[in-house]
Amino acid sequence: MKTLGYYPGCSLRGGGIELDLSVRALARAAGVELREIEDWNCCGASAAHSLDHALAVALPYRVLALAESQGLSEVLAPCAACFSRLKGTGVRLSRSPELSRRMHELVERPYRGSVSILNINEFVAALLAGGLSEKLTRKLGLKAVAYYGCLLSRGQDIVTNDDAEDPKGMEAAIRAAGCEVLPWNSSNECCGGGFSMSKTGSVLDLSQAVLDEARAAGADLVVTGCPMCHSNLDMRQLELLKRRRIPGAMPILYLSELLGLAAGLEPAALGLDRHFIGSRGLVRGGA
Amino acid sequence: MARIGVFICHCGENIGRTVDCPGVAAAAAKMPGVVLSVDYKYMCSDPGQGMIRKAIEEKKLTGVVVGACSPRMHERTFRAAAAEAGLNPYLLEMANLREHCSWVHSDKAAATQKAIDLVRVMVAKARRDRPLRPIRVPVEPTAMVVGGGIAGIQAALDIAGGGKKVILVERGPSIGGHMARLSETFPTLDCSQCILTPRMVEAASHPNITLMTYSEVDSVEGFVGNFTVTIRRKARYVDPDKCTGCGDCFNKCPLKKIPNEFDAGLGTRRAIYVPFPQAVPNKPVIDAAHCTMLLKGKCGLCAKVCPRGAIDYQDKDRLEKVKVGAVVLATGFQLWDHSAYGEYGGGRLQDVIDGFAFERLASASGPTGGRIQRPSDAKVPKTVVFLQCCGSRDDKAGKKYCSKICCMYTAKHAMLYRHKVHEGRAVVFYMDVRAAGKGYEEFVRRAIEADGAEYVRGRVSRITRRADGTLLVRGADTLAGRPVTIEADLVVLADAVVPRSGSEKLAQLFGVGYDGDGFYSEAHPKLRPVETAAAGVFLAGACQAPKDIPDSVAQASASAAKVLGLFAKPELEREPIIARVNRTSCVHCRACIHACPYGAAKDFDVLDRAGKVVRTTADVNEGLCQGCGTCASVCRSHSVDLDGFTDEQIHAELNALL
Amino acid sequence: MSSSREHPLAQAVREEAGVVLSECYQCGKCTAGCPMARYMDISPNQVMRLAQAGDGDAMERLLSCEALWYCAGCLTCAQRCPRKLDPAAVMDVLREMAHRRGKVPAAARKVRAFHEAFLAAVEFGGRMEEIPLVLRYKLKSLDLLGDAGLAPLMLARRKLPLLPHAIRGRGEVRRIFEKCRKRTRP
Repeated sequence: MKTLGYYPGCSLRGGGIELDLSVRALARAAGVELREIEDWNCCGASAAHSLDHALAVALPYRVLALAESQGLSEVLAPCAACFSRLKGTGVRLSRSPELSRRMHELVERPYRGSVSILNINEFVAALLAGGLSEKLTRKLGLKAVAYYGCLLSRGQDIVTNDDAEDPKGMEAAIRAAGCEVLPWNSSNECCGGGFSMSKTGSVLDLSQAVLDEARAAGADLVVTGCPMCHSNLDMRQLELLKRRRIPGAMPILYLSELLGLAAGLEPAALGLDRHFIGSRGLVRGGA
Repeated sequence: MARIGVFICHCGENIGRTVDCPGVAAAAAKMPGVVLSVDYKYMCSDPGQGMIRKAIEEKKLTGVVVGACSPRMHERTFRAAAAEAGLNPYLLEMANLREHCSWVHSDKAAATQKAIDLVRVMVAKARRDRPLRPIRVPVEPTAMVVGGGIAGIQAALDIAGGGKKVILVERGPSIGGHMARLSETFPTLDCSQCILTPRMVEAASHPNITLMTYSEVDSVEGFVGNFTVTIRRKARYVDPDKCTGCGDCFNKCPLKKIPNEFDAGLGTRRAIYVPFPQAVPNKPVIDAAHCTMLLKGKCGLCAKVCPRGAIDYQDKDRLEKVKVGAVVLATGFQLWDHSAYGEYGGGRLQDVIDGFAFERLASASGPTGGRIQRPSDAKVPKTVVFLQCCGSRDDKAGKKYCSKICCMYTAKHAMLYRHKVHEGRAVVFYMDVRAAGKGYEEFVRRAIEADGAEYVRGRVSRITRRADGTLLVRGADTLAGRPVTIEADLVVLADAVVPRSGSEKLAQLFGVGYDGDGFYSEAHPKLRPVETAAAGVFLAGACQAPKDIPDSVAQASASAAKVLGLFAKPELEREPIIARVNRTSCVHCRACIHACPYGAAKDFDVLDRAGKVVRTTADVNEGLCQGCGTCASVCRSHSVDLDGFTDEQIHAELNALL
Repeated sequence: MSSSREHPLAQAVREEAGVVLSECYQCGKCTAGCPMARYMDISPNQVMRLAQAGDGDAMERLLSCEALWYCAGCLTCAQRCPRKLDPAAVMDVLREMAHRRGKVPAAARKVRAFHEAFLAAVEFGGRMEEIPLVLRYKLKSLDLLGDAGLAPLMLARRKLPLLPHAIRGRGEVRRIFEKCRKRTRP
């Protein structure tokens, strides 16, 4: 059985728990063991990045150093923000021996640069190539739009397997789940990111724009791989509905949830019952 | 006994800043054979040349070394001065103290030492110079112009008007180029076809001009005054001598949906076609990539309806050799492919078009008869957004340079649109408005003030298409410091100007240089703007850099003047730097004959008095030899030497360095 | 390229963000694509322009502007910049300067409060915990009532772990925080 390092990140222990549940369930179904990095810490997210650029590198550095010392050469970071921070740090370290030296001194752990970081799209693609396709027996028959947001589409030398202006990394997986992928305009637009609490108005505007585009494209649901996008599009959708800024609810599913459903896994085991916007209408047995 | 004079030039501060010129002159004074060594601020100036002339006469110099700029710059100048003073010009040598020394070094002491070394090398060479006489070769007084756009047409007409023969070679089926596609022209809004088509007809009917359309240059041999160019006359499948241009064939051709390149893909043509009704020659060709008769042997309708029997499906490409004395390259430009911009739809949005497509929409002879409409649904757009600098001034996804013509044609587009759609909105996103031409700034102001074009200073970040077909253009108004979103029906991208496809290959055939973007290199950016490094090959129009019509026409006339100047004398003087074979030591191994890239080395029969062949050696044809020295380097018996660069001289130069 | 005439801010931006300010030609594509530009008091291209100027007045305007605090980190500006520059990275450097000098405009204080609460939570236990984060944020921002209704909904969906968890290496993480605080730059 194949083993893969696993960095859930803070979100996946709280608001983004559905991503954790569905990724683990999908890995189990595909016969892949996820080995969580022991004693991992927060990657610093946009907070460290906003206030202290040394901290923004030091926190991911510790994670990379731990993974290396635990013999993990490939690590899945399903959260798009964690992925971007961890891989981005790895790229910067590989380019600057000076930065590596400073970080070694600061964090007091060595890191040789042996860890590669996978995002959820790359992970799902690898599972499909490794035999998961044959286990996707339920054809869901939905019309989906793929939402990459910022951190699964952009970042030079970070998102290396996709086109920043026309990302396609989820499409094969969505089709493998028996869904149609609709063309739309917001696949790589920003939802407002980390301003959910501190500048809620901007998140509502930007998320509404994404939801409007999804509806205009004729989508039944939005598929995403980012817990921040999910929170903004799912939880903040309540507010948009309440203020009648959008005409109806739009379910937001993680890519791993969609694949889990297609593999016949229980919706609750994938965390579907924990979304704010129900998906019961979409799938028989959905929450 | 050699009497060498050394003249060290400061080139203002160009050399003097980095090289101690008086020090170099002092050091040179001690070199063997040197009888005079001086330095001066500007050796190329009249007093500077006077110093050289005076010294030759007074000091009875047998050789001169000028330590100055590159010989490419001023060797001719100084040799002419030497000749005036009665010294054979080939006894003057130049040491390049500027490009090879002062411009590339900063350490003054080391640069000065290097300058002394460079002078010593040339002194050693000059001591072994022999007087040479220029070679005279006859000039073929026929010019070839490659490219039948406005630049090529103008150059051909001017040369023909000067009484010389011209062969005008055009790759496409008709001359006229891009200008034939334009609606109206800035800054006067003349109808493009109205001013161009008379020129096209004149070119076709001029007794001195031979038109070769649907033809390409295949290979080039020879040199200035004596080029032999092989032209590929591509198969037209229509005999132009029989064809009357009646049009029965293309009216009957069943393949109606082929996108017409002339209309930027907005209109259609048949498989047998003339690109546009005013084409010159107005005779169709068959597009072999689409014609079912040529592809599958089925159809043959055009041959059936042709009243003159002009259709010939068996037609083949023919190669035709012509002899010409000079060449004008006028291969023009094309637009950069904006599909590299994923954020502008990656070429997938139908209503995001380029400038030529807009020209065809605005043109009375275009596919819509001059009605401005969207390609997707033929709706008249209520808002048109124009984006300048699309691919220009972008060294990440596009081109570094400014394409020069887009500011003006975009202003014209906005103006034409507002003239045709009075209630419409024309929004122009620009970074800078570069309107530095006669009447240009006034024209742009008119577009804004009289015709209501809305100019917004900023680039556009993204273009998306809503389900209803509206294009959302997200740009910036940097002057107001805010993002702006325009809902548009049509977007026109002012794509960068790039050289025509295939222009690099053509440059290689003629030995013409080109820059990193593929534009042809002129011999000097200021003083020789129409010449190239290849003697007898001149440039006209946008193949050299982005140019508008007035600039292209001006350069075309300038190149015609250069050609006529070249043809003014029946013979041409050539540098006598040619190879010579020592027939006594030649063993006739023929290595040089095989190696010569110009076919100048060949067999030579040595005859006795009775005219009987005694033996055969190699020999070099003076007219063909380009002085490259390949023969000298392959000769195993050391029987070939290059005048002006003899083995003895090269060895002396090397020894002077050791 | 560094030049002898480079002012200290330009130098800091070049060293910390890898951006040579003189390369910006003010095309505005950053502003055009920025999802947050409409909320900003000065636009991203104006941030670049003031940073290019780099004089005392420009610095004053930069360090007290709201725009720095409204960057969502979406990477669009860097992705599309025709000069291969990274305006967001320039904003990062400036924001850190403003933060360290305590110059934060009133309108942006909630944003800073959130970042600070987030980091405080991470410094405490090594990971971000949502309940402590929200409590800290509310105290810092004094936004006591906002989103008050969401917590029960999140709890009902079992999205909030009730027991806070601290990692074994939290001492190590705290030391990293302390060392970072002691740095003098940017």
